[in-house]
Amino acid sequence: MTLESAAPVATFDEIVARRSIVVCCGSGGVGKTTIAAVVALEGARLGRKTVVVTIDPAKRLADALGLAGLTGTPSRIDGDWPGELWATMLDTKSTFDALVAKYAATPEQGERILANRFYRNISGALSGTQEYMAMEKLYELHDETDFDLVVVDTPPTRHALDFLDAPRRLSRFLEHRLFRMLMAPSRGLARAVNVAAQTFLRTVSKVVGGDVVDDAIAFFQAFEGMEEGFRQRAARVTELIRAPETAFVLVASPRRDTVGEAHFFADRLGAAGIAVQGLVVNRMHPSFGDGLGEAAAERSRTLDGTDLGSLYRNLADFQTVASRERAHLAGLAEAVAPAPVVWVPFLSSDVHDIAGMGAVARHLFAREP
Amino acid sequence: MAGKGGVGKTTVSATLARAAALAGLSTLIVEVEGKSGLPAMFGQGELGYDEVVLSAGGGPDGAADVRARTLTADAALLEYLHDHGLSRISKRLVSSGALDVVSTAAPGIKDILLLGKVKQLERAGTTDLIVLDAPAAGHAITFLRSARTLLDTVSVGPINAQARDVLDLLEDHRRCQVMLVTIPEETPVNEAVETAYSLEDRVGVGLGPIVVNGLYPEVTGLDADPAAAADDAGVALRPGEPHALAGAAAFRRDRMALQRAQVGRLEERLPLSQLRLPFLFTTDIGPGELEVLARALLAQVGALTELPR
Repeated sequence: MTLESAAPVATFDEIVARRSIVVCCGSGGVGKTTIAAVVALEGARLGRKTVVVTIDPAKRLADALGLAGLTGTPSRIDGDWPGELWATMLDTKSTFDALVAKYAATPEQGERILANRFYRNISGALSGTQEYMAMEKLYELHDETDFDLVVVDTPPTRHALDFLDAPRRLSRFLEHRLFRMLMAPSRGLARAVNVAAQTFLRTVSKVVGGDVVDDAIAFFQAFEGMEEGFRQRAARVTELIRAPETAFVLVASPRRDTVGEAHFFADRLGAAGIAVQGLVVNRMHPSFGDGLGEAAAERSRTLDGTDLGSLYRNLADFQTVASRERAHLAGLAEAVAPAPVVWVPFLSSDVHDIAGMGAVARHLFAREP
Repeated sequence: MAGKGGVGKTTVSATLARAAALAGLSTLIVEVEGKSGLPAMFGQGELGYDEVVLSAGGGPDGAADVRARTLTADAALLEYLHDHGLSRISKRLVSSGALDVVSTAAPGIKDILLLGKVKQLERAGTTDLIVLDAPAAGHAITFLRSARTLLDTVSVGPINAQARDVLDLLEDHRRCQVMLVTIPEETPVNEAVETAYSLEDRVGVGLGPIVVNGLYPEVTGLDADPAAAADDAGVALRPGEPHALAGAAAFRRDRMALQRAQVGRLEERLPLSQLRLPFLFTTDIGPGELEVLARALLAQVGALTELPR
């Protein structure tokens, strides 16, 4: 990392030019995936070797990115840009499998874990796993490949900031104390504790069935010895997300509730020692003729029933919604200051191809006319 | 109520609840994802595990109550263990984080605790309608499928019984239906169609009408040229107005053409009745806006003739 890469950024152009990781976060349905793709495309346009990791792209965007039917291996998207653009879809299970294979002491230990039913459930059912694997993928692409810029989308959950805690939570889960006790039998004090744990587990078995508990115990036994590797890896991943070369871009939409969630995100990131380095607000209503709002509303009433009245009513409607959106956003822009803020208006169609991404890019980046 | 993030699922849940209340049905809204904008739509503060009244019935409009509560898996588990005489281990199960281990061992256990609680609320018969604001998008399918998933892993015991009861509820189309929410845009329409077929095929749940949210209301006169319309009305336009009026009209016409195309596409691809809710040109839904939406919904419900299969 150079000194330059750690200096604050004032524009989205600088984020793309100087950071090596961009994490797009925000609540569901605000357009995170699109913004991640647009940022990555810009990286390639600036001559950088860029990869975008998306979580769940809409089908037509996936098609445009050449992602249909692909798993966790990046594929290159050809186009007229000096750098390289690669894209990959997050595959939680195969990312986790690769981690297990990496930290298993022997191939047999790895196989034993991969075959365990409880392990297979972890990737699908344990909350936070998808978030953790998104961060793991980011780390892997940044550290173990030669990409200049890694752009990641974050999973669309209500608790979208779980990825901040996920590495720590998962390593704690894997070291689960209760199960540690079960596996350290018959030595002094541990033995008494073990009896208590056994009683407890017998009760749990009564509720969910013995098979389920046996699977879990078999998993923790198979995992024995790998916790340290996982914990160290998680610590390095966490360190990387907090490093100055990583930029968090907050994506929001101007509705009151999503603005509220964006505030919450900015606060949580701040509490974790991470500054938001850019704010993108999608789906803004355009403002037609600033300052005409009141007069337009007045005229729509006096001219009600005429074509001109309808035209004024329509103008007044848009003025109202546009000014409310801007009012909601003023505080958010302040909360993330001095981060650059970009408002992307409602586009005339959905973004699902490279051309549509170009239309969004024109709002994010300074371009020569 | 299910739909992709950002389509206004919570707004539509509130709308349906208020519409039902206006029709005289006492209604309970159940939230499962923690904090949401729901109480603000009724002008109220935050929700908790215990029921609160969002809008009281018995007023001059003849409406019934709308109540709401938030369910969490941890709280539902404690209650479940208590009801099954297992209070002794309940505190430890939650505090030791063992619930995470158990719910990983038997995926869907948290979901079944929530759905089991909803089933219990339904069986208690203290409310005419329960509106469950389900998790967003793909999570809704996993959530509703939890009963089937669990029956595969847990073959005996009280959780198995719970899963069977929940499955009975989901498959009984007279007791339970899923209403999907979407907006008239390409990706949300595609996802709504996919979700609808997944829900029928993989969950076996009945689908109610689909709600298309956020439609710009039809307006006539937007094709008129501002200068000509001003002449007709004998009014002089102020500086900047011709451009602003024409720009706003063109934007609305474009968006409305798009929305008509998407509504048509939805009709073609999904044989469900549509309930359409207007965009209200505001960023906030409060009690006033909710009333407008609820009455708009109610006006269309009368025209629905068929109950879903």
